[in-house]
Amino acid sequence: MSILVDDKSRVVVQGITGREGTFHTKQMLAYGTSVVGGVTPGKGGQVAEGVPVFHSVRDAVEREGADVSCIFVPPPFAADAVMEAAASGIKVIVCITEGIPTLDMVKVDRFLKDRDVVLIGPNCPGIISPGKTKVGIMPGDIHRPGRMGVISRSGTLTYEVVGQLTGVGLGQSTCIGIGGDPIIGSSFIDHLNRFKDDPETNGVVLIGEIGGTAEEEAAEYIKASFSKPVTAFIAGKTAPPGKRMGHAGAIIAGGKGKAQDKIKALKAAGIAVAPSLAELGKTVLKVMGRI
Amino acid sequence: MKIHEYQAKEIFGKWGIPVPNGRVATDPDEAGKVCEMINGPPWVVKAQVHAGGRGKGGGVKVVMEKDAVVSTAKSLLGSSLVTPQTGPEGVKVNQVLIEEGVDIDREFYLGMVVDRAAAMPAMIFSPAGGMSIEEVAAQTPELIWTECVDPATGWMPYQARNLAYRLDPLPSTETLRELINVMANLYKVFMSLDCSLVEINPLIITKAGKVLALDAKLNIDDNALFRQKEIVKLEDTSGTDPLELTAAAYNLNYIRLDGNIGAMVNGAGLAMATMDLIKGAGAEPANFLDVGGGATEEMITKGFEIILGDDRVRAILVNIFGGILRCDVLARGVVAAAQKSRIQVPLIVRLEGTNVDEGRKILEGSGLKFLVAKDLSEAAGLVAAQVSGESGS
Repeated sequence: MSILVDDKSRVVVQGITGREGTFHTKQMLAYGTSVVGGVTPGKGGQVAEGVPVFHSVRDAVEREGADVSCIFVPPPFAADAVMEAAASGIKVIVCITEGIPTLDMVKVDRFLKDRDVVLIGPNCPGIISPGKTKVGIMPGDIHRPGRMGVISRSGTLTYEVVGQLTGVGLGQSTCIGIGGDPIIGSSFIDHLNRFKDDPETNGVVLIGEIGGTAEEEAAEYIKASFSKPVTAFIAGKTAPPGKRMGHAGAIIAGGKGKAQDKIKALKAAGIAVAPSLAELGKTVLKVMGRI
Repeated sequence: MKIHEYQAKEIFGKWGIPVPNGRVATDPDEAGKVCEMINGPPWVVKAQVHAGGRGKGGGVKVVMEKDAVVSTAKSLLGSSLVTPQTGPEGVKVNQVLIEEGVDIDREFYLGMVVDRAAAMPAMIFSPAGGMSIEEVAAQTPELIWTECVDPATGWMPYQARNLAYRLDPLPSTETLRELINVMANLYKVFMSLDCSLVEINPLIITKAGKVLALDAKLNIDDNALFRQKEIVKLEDTSGTDPLELTAAAYNLNYIRLDGNIGAMVNGAGLAMATMDLIKGAGAEPANFLDVGGGATEEMITKGFEIILGDDRVRAILVNIFGGILRCDVLARGVVAAAQKSRIQVPLIVRLEGTNVDEGRKILEGSGLKFLVAKDLSEAAGLVAAQVSGESGS
């Protein structure tokens, strides 16, 4: 089992005819993902990478039974694209787009609140259940099917972590990039809650970074109600305050969001925190009782 | 993006948030002329820089004579203002704002931010005005009052009443009406201009019972600049690090730090973790540089140019996780860029990911003096050796 997506997931790519959309549709198809349709308003009826293109998500849902969406729509139109997917009955929305205005995400968050839908991202690499399906932009070949869950706010840092896990012989059940923006669709806690009930996930690796308080909240949640072993890593111990470190959400502001505070909260909750990225694989092995 | 206080106050004025009469001046003579147009004495002369804590750094002066306005403007303009929020080198003052002095009866804090956890804009009001809101939050959190705004309704009058009627003693009805008005207008500014932060500290009640924004801080969400064209025109980059400006022009995320080990990484999270790794090895990172998750040869060349533009750099660590972009392509990019940039300092390269063996072969066969690290701990070790080598020489 995996969480949120598996080999039955039917994926629609919003923005399929754009540069990124085309490239990653090809990559996803090569990985074995069932990409059943694409959406580019005005280009309905065309075929892209062998996949039918529709004017709207609603058409892709009605004609192809799409239930997962992967969004590559440019920032000015991305919030609309997320809401379109949710309104059309998509159950899992993966928004790759980086650079969506924060106040657009405020509206999106409110729009999704009472709907039965999960948003992953924005500004994220997506979600992969190795060997089953990949909905996103991560390199598929570094992953191995297995029993570790991975939740991360980052992109290439997640690849690094997954590479180390695979390297030490720990495969992954599902890896989720939740995104580097200040407002994201789903949190560490949302996905921990799913991993909790997944019999094929034995432990979780949580990759956080400076900014906000999501890691502190996750620490409290884990202490109170998550019994599988968790290993964490926090990036940005050396980040100066007041500077946006690449990700829009990675900023220490008003004395809040420091890596040291997050590490302290995680350790206080009994979670092992890898002292450096170089030692992550080893730390996870130790936590999982493999060394 | 940040704008100056005088620019924020012009915006406030247009949106119905009262501010003291004032004008900006760029030279002392102009300052003298400006002060003839403004009621006084007293006058307040305020340095316009993108840094808080100006009062503590001597950037805000109250003066009683016109000559003193001119001499204060003269001493501030062109000088470097050091505040608790700048580095020791300070920031250059190019403009001063000259305002009429006002009689303060009470001081408050009023601000808006996006509450990340609630995913809503939040209005923050505090009767403890005039001091750092972080300090208030730490010492007297009961004096921070917050109202989150539901995007479905927008700011509602009851929310303003919730904040304003907590004041003790309660201001006059007329003053309360003004205060509630200022809150509603601040919300409009925040939403209409895609702000990430608006702060009025202090917001005051004058002895005459008028509500006035004595200070103004307004930051815009960088992601929304594409639809805030009028605001973009207000940008003043004179206080920004020139290397950071160059990087921004090439869409690279670069932040200059205090150390001497340059770092080039693809992806923001990995770049932060690499900085930490350098520090953990006993060295200090000279920069944060994220060339993007899908870095190209051109981005890498530009990255090298920017790192080498910092003459403190004694060694460079390149940490690339090749994903969709294969390591062999990246290695060729690094070799081409290294040749083009004529790098004189040791270059430690760590490549991982798709086609890594081929990538390493290209580096080793290039004839350039790369120190190739096979994993992160080896990379850290090589950085450490570099630093200790230097201290030993």
